[in-house]
Amino acid sequence: MLLHYTPVEEEIKQIKFGLYSPEMVRKMSRAKITVPDTYDDEGYPIDGGLMDQRLGVIDPGLRCKTCGGTSRTCPGHFGHIELVRPVIHVHFAKHIKNILYATCEHCHKVVLTKEGKRPKKCPYCKKELGEIKFVKPTTFYLNNKELMPTEIREMLSKIPDSEVKKLGYDPLTARPEWMVLTVLLVPPVKIRPSITLESGEKSEDDLTHKLVEIIRVNQKLEANIAAGAPQLIIEDLWNLLQYHVTTYFDNETANIPPARHRSGRPLKTLSQRLKGKEGRFRYNLSGKRVNFSARTVISPDPVISINEVGVPYEVAEELTVPIPVTEWNMDEMKELIKRKEYPRALYVIRKDGVRIKITDTSRDKVLEDIGVGWVVERQLKDGDIVLFNRQPSLHRISMMAHIVRVLPGKTFRINPTVTPPYNADFDGDEMNLHALQLEEARAEARELMIVEKQILSPRHGRAIIKPSEDQVTGIYFLTRDDAIFTKEEASKLLYIAGITKLPRPDVDGKFYSGKLIFSLLLPDDINVKYTSKMGEEVVIEKGVLKKGAVDSKGAEHAILEVVFAKHGPEFTKWFLDSLTKMALEALAWRQISVSLKDYVLDMKAKAKIKKLLEDMDREIENLILKFKNKTLERKPGMTLRETLETMIMNITSRTRDATGEIVRESLGKENPSIIMASIGSRGSILNAIQMSAVVGQQAIRNKRPNRGYYKRNLPFFRKGALTAREKGFVYSCFSKGLEVDEFFHHAMAGRESIVNTAIRTARSGYMQRRLINAMQDFIVMEDFTVRDSGGRIIQFIYGGDARDPIFSAIESKEEFDESPREDDVDTASR
Amino acid sequence: MKRKYRISPGEAVGIVAAQSLGEPGTQMTMRTFHYAGVAEHVPTGLPRVIELVDVRKRPKKPIVDIGLKKELCKDRKKAEEFAYKIEAVSVEEIANVYEVMRDKKIIVEFDRNAAEIYKIDFEMLNKALRFKNKKVEGDKIIIEVKAKKSKDKKRNETKALRRLYNKIKKKVVKGIEGITKAVVVEKDGEYFIRASGDNIKALLKFEEVDPSKIYTNNIKMIEEVFGIEAARNALVRELKQVMDMQGLTVDIRHIMLLADGMCFSGTVKNVGRHGLAGSKASVLARAAFEETIKHLTEAATKGEVDRLMGVSENIIVGKTVPIGTGRVILEYKPEKVKNKKHSKK
Repeated sequence: MLLHYTPVEEEIKQIKFGLYSPEMVRKMSRAKITVPDTYDDEGYPIDGGLMDQRLGVIDPGLRCKTCGGTSRTCPGHFGHIELVRPVIHVHFAKHIKNILYATCEHCHKVVLTKEGKRPKKCPYCKKELGEIKFVKPTTFYLNNKELMPTEIREMLSKIPDSEVKKLGYDPLTARPEWMVLTVLLVPPVKIRPSITLESGEKSEDDLTHKLVEIIRVNQKLEANIAAGAPQLIIEDLWNLLQYHVTTYFDNETANIPPARHRSGRPLKTLSQRLKGKEGRFRYNLSGKRVNFSARTVISPDPVISINEVGVPYEVAEELTVPIPVTEWNMDEMKELIKRKEYPRALYVIRKDGVRIKITDTSRDKVLEDIGVGWVVERQLKDGDIVLFNRQPSLHRISMMAHIVRVLPGKTFRINPTVTPPYNADFDGDEMNLHALQLEEARAEARELMIVEKQILSPRHGRAIIKPSEDQVTGIYFLTRDDAIFTKEEASKLLYIAGITKLPRPDVDGKFYSGKLIFSLLLPDDINVKYTSKMGEEVVIEKGVLKKGAVDSKGAEHAILEVVFAKHGPEFTKWFLDSLTKMALEALAWRQISVSLKDYVLDMKAKAKIKKLLEDMDREIENLILKFKNKTLERKPGMTLRETLETMIMNITSRTRDATGEIVRESLGKENPSIIMASIGSRGSILNAIQMSAVVGQQAIRNKRPNRGYYKRNLPFFRKGALTAREKGFVYSCFSKGLEVDEFFHHAMAGRESIVNTAIRTARSGYMQRRLINAMQDFIVMEDFTVRDSGGRIIQFIYGGDARDPIFSAIESKEEFDESPREDDVDTASR
Repeated sequence: MKRKYRISPGEAVGIVAAQSLGEPGTQMTMRTFHYAGVAEHVPTGLPRVIELVDVRKRPKKPIVDIGLKKELCKDRKKAEEFAYKIEAVSVEEIANVYEVMRDKKIIVEFDRNAAEIYKIDFEMLNKALRFKNKKVEGDKIIIEVKAKKSKDKKRNETKALRRLYNKIKKKVVKGIEGITKAVVVEKDGEYFIRASGDNIKALLKFEEVDPSKIYTNNIKMIEEVFGIEAARNALVRELKQVMDMQGLTVDIRHIMLLADGMCFSGTVKNVGRHGLAGSKASVLARAAFEETIKHLTEAATKGEVDRLMGVSENIIVGKTVPIGTGRVILEYKPEKVKNKKHSKK
């Protein structure tokens, strides 16, 4: 079998967790560490010191005294420190407390009552039970007398295995007395490498610093005990040892000051290495890094297919794809090796796994030696399949497979139609590309991840890869009743879409209607009928657009989804490609742009709006008057002031909406902004209103702004005034420009929305992380049950009907197929 | 159903569901909702989804819809009467409550005018305030405060006084505790009562209430009263409602899977570290999520074994994840070869 990667020979089946016994630690240890120092004056590791060469080596020149390996091959070995006096392991202090609390200090049996309380008297030996007190982090009291770790260890070791089991601990892997440390395992040097600074000075790792201190205190304690020092001094040193060992394990223990570096920075000890977002688990173990990837800015190219990605030459020259050499492709591979320009081979991998770079000097030798079983790493070229991804990867379609198309230029090019699943735009977004290295991966990518298979979103079963913005506008102009093309124009449009057969002209015997041209993209079995956003009926019969202009509703869903349902991914891909090209070409001829004059209202409209606003002011004034006279009727569940505020808010929003009609009328139906809003390609009527008529009420927390100076928002307002203007109504429009006070209120509301977005992204990000974590192991089994990784059943039939949500919206669009089948869900799930 | 529309075995439906619910999170608003007359600032959008997914003991704004028995649901007046009956009236609404620091007592002064609206007389107030050291002086009820003997007597007394003062103010004289702002609402020709609160336990004791038509947005309460199946359905309904209100379409299957995942153990579990994610079989998966150290030490003491069946664990050890195509082995048997020398992946 041809393999260009090392197959897995041994793999991890399971991982068992447990505690090390002191004996085990000594057995594992390759060196007893006794010297609280690292290197001698010559910069050579001290024997018995923390950099002992038996613990492995990090200097490239040296060899490990245990395994003889170099810094590259030696995995590192553990050492140990014999603690003169035992100390508590902080992380297990709580467990120790629970065990002490649950057992009799005389006969060491579990004495807990049914309620989980410690009785006054031991039910077995009938002796009085003392009161166990635990003071965080590591101090214990029995009857208000402090228990030293030696005594605790003594008590714990006397608990028989059978009693330990009763407490829910596994005596084979975790004897309670092992939670009190008598020997300390010293991690290999590899785990705590020292760094040589530019000045030649050596800087030690935080863990090494901590270990130095532990040994130092340990030695001092030993000397004092040997010298017969007073108990008080010994206990002080013992506590100090406890402190250092505690912070060695966890430097964020509550109630004790963190150990600090000379600079005042808290040390990063064992727990800190594992914990949190930047810790070993989340950063290094769950977050894998990859080779064969590229990242650059993206830009649009409507001419390439939606499943393609334009790759710059610079990238294609760097990324490689491994090709196993066989007798059938030998000549082709040799040709690649011979080449000195772009599509060439960069490396070959020999049968023994050695990688050789192809250079002018090595080329001839490689060509001579190459045989079946070698692997050639050639540059990325057209037709290769790659993964393409944009962060944040919020759903699975944030990463899809594309076909490479090598293009000049320095950016990745994608068809604008595939931006929605990536949520990408071209204002400087960057994306990542991964060159697949295994045939299996390439096959999976092609079968499962390729763009056209993701046209429908698994979230709701509706199209997510769909025309938007300019494409919709283009389709609209193309299918309008007034879209008529000459033979030359029609030929151009059709040629762009890849259609070479010109139909019979349908208008006046020599012109071609846009509807006819559009219909040529549709297969004959498409029948659609829907009401467009403008209220017009759109009818497609047997693949021919009979009536109406296609708007966003049709282009994005009604038509597209039917095409997908009936003709599947490949055809829909072609449909979208052709439609995009054709629509953009048609739009380029018709042109759409906006300028300031598109938002200028006529005098009549201006007068009408002025009147509307005056009416609004009058109405509000009346309300305020009523409010002050207390004649305003209170709404249920609200105070009088709240009633007034909601009523005013209603009036202001009603007024702004009312201007909509005036704006629509004044700007006219053919106003580009109005067209885009009404066919749903970009913007809304509100944008037009704000630009040409009135910006409207600014709100903070859905209320009129009410902050700033005493009883007023801005210093030049009257105290206590409640009029629209003084509470944030913007009378001006954007094209005219805002007054000072209006500008200020608008900025207030603008700031709120920015803050809200920032908060929302953070909150929803965390929610999604939790959701993923909670549900990531749920999968559908062969019997259509949903189970978690423990085999527990979540659902008996996925979704109640075993239907793929991708297709949840589609079946109605296809002819209904009711005849029961053998592979029907109910029979299949039996 | 056509075979091609069926879900593929091995499909990571959990991840898809989580993404389908999480991805629109960025598009949701943070605004609150207004139930006319009943409650303001009822969370919708993202805050409400988070609230549901966290399974809070009590939502920020609990709402209860009370369906009524036949006799009442057609008659607006009777429905209103009943709404009136259950609405809680607290002491502070019908009386002025003072605390007298010097004498260590609390004076409750009956407010006839205020009480009249609620049709409450002094006797009802008197009954509601059942305390030992109570004295009645005309329209006033005087309650003396005695603190337990302890070292710091003075501080304790002040504390006890304050505690009792707040307790008395909130004491319910009439109606059901927790049910406020009851409003009669019409739907499909029938009247029901919508109120702020979630005390369905007490409500179910009333004859007028149709137990099959009572609903609250408090999932925990539904679980307690009606059981886990009802809680699951309520969860689906609430989540769906939020999504619909935001104009976001999410397939019901995703919501159902989440709800089933939260409920399959028999109690409603939240999706955080103390719920679903925290009860996973794998030590590594739990350690990689939150509270790394706690899970590792716990696993060590119990001698736990991680059998590497889930997603996180396998990513950590660098194995293929047993999901989708990762669950199957690709085998290729060339036809001509007769012996068993087929090649495995």
